[in-house]
Amino acid sequence: MASIFQYTGQAIAYTLFAVVVGYFATEPAYKHFDPGKAQIKLSFGHAGDPETECRRRTQEELNQLAPNMRRPLDCPRRRLPVLIELELDGELLYSAELPPSGIAGDGVSTAYKTFAVEPGQHRLVARLRDSNRAEGFDYEKTSSITLSPQQNFVIDFHPSRGGFLLL
Amino acid sequence: MSGLRTVIKAAFESVENLFDRAFGPELNPMHQLGALGWFFYWIVIVSGVYLYIFFDTGIHQAYESLEYITNVQWYAAGVMRSLHRYASDALIIVMMLHLLREFVMDRYRGARWFSWFTGVPLLWFVFACGITGYWMVWDVLAQYIAITTTEWLDTLGIFGETIARNFLNPDILSGRFFTLMVFIHIAVPLFMLLAMWIHIQRQSYARVNPPKGLAIGTLGMLLVLSFIKPAVSQPPADLGIVPAVIDLDWFYLAAYPLLDMVPGLVMWALAAGGTLLLLLLPWLPPRRRETAAVVDLDNCNGCGRCVDDCPFTAVTLQQRTDDSAFSEEAVVSSDLCTSCGICVGACPTATPFRRTSELVPGIDLPDQRVQVLRDDVLAVAAKLSGDTRVIVFGCKNGPDLQRLNGPAVATVELQCMGMLPPSFIDFLITRHHVDGVFLTGCNMEDCHNRLGNRWTEQRLAGERDPYLRERVPRERIGKFWAGLTHNKRLAQQLTAFQAQIKGLPPYHRPSRKSSGQQPVGSNETHG
Repeated sequence: MASIFQYTGQAIAYTLFAVVVGYFATEPAYKHFDPGKAQIKLSFGHAGDPETECRRRTQEELNQLAPNMRRPLDCPRRRLPVLIELELDGELLYSAELPPSGIAGDGVSTAYKTFAVEPGQHRLVARLRDSNRAEGFDYEKTSSITLSPQQNFVIDFHPSRGGFLLL
Repeated sequence: MSGLRTVIKAAFESVENLFDRAFGPELNPMHQLGALGWFFYWIVIVSGVYLYIFFDTGIHQAYESLEYITNVQWYAAGVMRSLHRYASDALIIVMMLHLLREFVMDRYRGARWFSWFTGVPLLWFVFACGITGYWMVWDVLAQYIAITTTEWLDTLGIFGETIARNFLNPDILSGRFFTLMVFIHIAVPLFMLLAMWIHIQRQSYARVNPPKGLAIGTLGMLLVLSFIKPAVSQPPADLGIVPAVIDLDWFYLAAYPLLDMVPGLVMWALAAGGTLLLLLLPWLPPRRRETAAVVDLDNCNGCGRCVDDCPFTAVTLQQRTDDSAFSEEAVVSSDLCTSCGICVGACPTATPFRRTSELVPGIDLPDQRVQVLRDDVLAVAAKLSGDTRVIVFGCKNGPDLQRLNGPAVATVELQCMGMLPPSFIDFLITRHHVDGVFLTGCNMEDCHNRLGNRWTEQRLAGERDPYLRERVPRERIGKFWAGLTHNKRLAQQLTAFQAQIKGLPPYHRPSRKSSGQQPVGSNETHG
């Protein structure tokens, strides 16, 4: 039969365990993001143009291929990297050359970046190049945006929907 | 490494000593960590099944259903939700303590590698369950977890598209990933149960239930906590805002803040490297394997006592391979044998009363043969003097025996206390080789070889074969399960025991007619 001291000791042990479980189940709070800031999130998946144009195979080349592989056009799979630039209030926020994904380099180029910025009004310029042009961009969007604290402002890109989408 | 291990071991033993005082050895939670893990698992399962009745698995309905659970049906489903959460957290605590304790006690190498190795994947299972569970609430914390987890997964670069885009914006939020999480949260615990079953496969009499008193106390504690601080949701998820200050469950999510500081691939490398290190730990370095127990067929009649008593399922009964009339024989798997010698203690033929020229039992330890043990015991007993002559049997994982030696006290170290056949005690006392026998070793319920002191207690109490014969005066047997830290108390107990036997009348062996039962296993054998 346990004594009163033993029961007291058990009660203390159970209480301590419960306090540890109860406290660390929710506390201390973690500050993941400055509540006084807003966030711009750039995220898209877009394939650049093919690196080289398709080429018509000669008859001699076709003859050298297996019968089921004799396609007249030789289209290299590799795609161009996508060049992306973000400018906020005239300052360059982000610039990157995004390589195509996949072992053969024939997948989409993906971007997923977040930027903590001051809330308020901003002038945002987004530019993207997916062709082999030497200069300039294929897509550009300039917009005046107003951000509130903790707002998650998303920049997506869909050529079929007109290019940059601000969500 | 060994220095660090010693420090942690000392810390464990200090805490365990405190628990011993409050709970007693049998209810000591530190001796029941594995069993408590199972207990918390079942609480989580039962409470989870109840919650699932009221939970709506749609991403837009999940939060509302949990609000109903928490606020409307607070007295039942709300309590279940709290139990679900707190038992999950408690599971992490006992699991980590169990892992650390087995490591510092050096119970993970050699033949015991299997339990360690199969326990490591359980860590991933438990964390997968916990993380997906928080995801299902679809509150701000779930949003943070969903985004952070998918961003981390994306750093692997193995997905065709960025899966974090599933949580880009409220307008494009899709329920498909949420549904996947619900599925994982239900499926993983089932796989985990299978993994837990595998984890204990090489342990006989594995403790999967804590003692009733501890179970009641633990459940009561969780219930009280559930009423005092019910588990609640945080504000609902809103992908239009960034979760800023979050109440994290640090038991499951302690690594998440690191993902804000350390590149995702580095975290993958740490997670994979840490897992690999844990998996390989039993061989870094490997334990020096002592020679496994061996069976002598001439003395083995296939009674199966060694099979029943082996804590590591290393002994099995198989069809006889010689031309003996017995149908079965004991077979030792050297891969599974830890050389604890508990099988020797269970063997009825391992009795010092045998007068054969050579004492060869049915099963024996090559590194500490029974015949050598008898010779050693008789040799040290012959040197004792006085009227309180005591032989102390201890195990090599227990207290320091050397300091106990004296004119009237001799010590004999065994591989494990379970190795001592009860007939040795009978032999020493009834043949007047000593005036008393004192047994010591690991803490009760914390035998290094799992069951050594438990089997010893049961054999002495006549509850487990081979029994200690009734004719042996119990007042001439002393016991103190000292562990590693109670050397001082051990010495005090031994002194008190000597004082006790000093006050006893001289022992006279009762006649055979009045000696009561003749239990199997303690019969004298005259070869």
